[in-house]
Amino acid sequence: MFIICPNPLARCRSPVFDIPMKIFNFLFALLLASATLLPIAAHAQEAPDALIKRVSEEILRIAKTDKQIQAGNQQRIMEMVKEKILPYVNFQRMTQLAVGRYWRDATPEQQAALTEEFKTLLIYTYSGAISQIRNQTLEFKPMRAAPEDTEVEVRSSVIQQRGEPIQLNYRLEKTPNGWKIFDVNILGAWLVQTYRGSFATEIQKGGVDGLIKSLVERNKRLEASPPKPALKG
Amino acid sequence: MTKSTAARWFLVALSSLLLGACATPPSAGGDPRDPYENFNRKVFTVNAVVDRAVIKPVARGYTNYTPEFIQNTVGNFFGNLADVWTALNNYLQFKPRDGTIDVGRVLINSTLGIAGLADVATPLGLPKHEEDFGQTLAVWGVKSGPYVVLPLFGPSTMRDTFGKPVDLYADPLGQFNMSTTYEYSARAVRLVDDRARALPATDLIEQASLDPYQFMRDAYLQRREARVRDGNVDSEK
Repeated sequence: MFIICPNPLARCRSPVFDIPMKIFNFLFALLLASATLLPIAAHAQEAPDALIKRVSEEILRIAKTDKQIQAGNQQRIMEMVKEKILPYVNFQRMTQLAVGRYWRDATPEQQAALTEEFKTLLIYTYSGAISQIRNQTLEFKPMRAAPEDTEVEVRSSVIQQRGEPIQLNYRLEKTPNGWKIFDVNILGAWLVQTYRGSFATEIQKGGVDGLIKSLVERNKRLEASPPKPALKG
Repeated sequence: MTKSTAARWFLVALSSLLLGACATPPSAGGDPRDPYENFNRKVFTVNAVVDRAVIKPVARGYTNYTPEFIQNTVGNFFGNLADVWTALNNYLQFKPRDGTIDVGRVLINSTLGIAGLADVATPLGLPKHEEDFGQTLAVWGVKSGPYVVLPLFGPSTMRDTFGKPVDLYADPLGQFNMSTTYEYSARAVRLVDDRARALPATDLIEQASLDPYQFMRDAYLQRREARVRDGNVDSEK
């Protein structure tokens, strides 16, 4: 309902409020902008622990109720991972940390390829883990962080029917688009640190391209034979 | 097999292993935590062959064709026995609170839980812990030492390798004076149960790793360290 003044020289008045048309249009534009931007701003302000809690509880709920996911439908699982998790992960940072000191030797194209392949590998792996969700529940530990912190660790554990709970921690960084995960700790081992050694070995053997090649091959094999979900006993 | 036989066999195997490791020249340019990498890799390969041929298929069959209820019961029974040794280790690690929780668990699960077949203590708010003598040695100040892959037992460290015979000697399963047949059967069932429980983790490693040996080592050493500190790990930078 922007109203274009037929004659820019004439002083048009808004038909609704008795204010100059230009100001009315400006106010209206502002209103529109704030309406679309508000949800994003609200998102950015979501605390990191609240974010992890919301996302992981949603995944657990879907994994427990969706029959196709329970049956191990790889495509359906991948769709859910891409939709629900990817928006909250900074894969570039994750890859950069795992590649370590070799990162700056890599060309921007190599960096992009590394990030893409590592991302694909992690999606496959994560999807395999999701198909094994059965009757686990989540527990969250209080976060120890100051309000001004830009990097925090959120700690949770997966309670299973038997055995010790599985420790599952996340490291997140504050970005203009909200908090993003850049490392995950499973059972006491950080993902980035666990890959760092293997990545270094591959790079020492065949350079950055050697590592890209290994990742591509690994992903091709996973694509050809997607991880089989554990059958329900 | 008396309770000391397992530990004695382990010591014999251990000394030959260490001789083997020392006879193998250290791997150049490798990870400083893994000076015996060349030797460890060989043991790792043999373990993987045995696992793939025998233990893993049995564990997979057990997981897929045994009712979940039975699996939980079996796991609870051995878990209850393990809690006894965990309790003792928690006291040895100066954690009387955790130790007392473990004692409470054993008492409750052995009675209300019918000889440990059900884990009623966990829902009652007494969480399960897992402690072994290697962790106790760590709390006493023993450094982990180099990474070692033990035949059949898998990833370990030098310190935990020396803790292992104590764990085997104190193994509650060995304290019952059972006939040999029963004891071997019980050990076999426990082995399958343990392996079955590790299936998700090992499947994940197979999928996610570029080099399973290195991935396993780098994850294991971090995990072990976290275990020693009972999960209270400050983020590495």
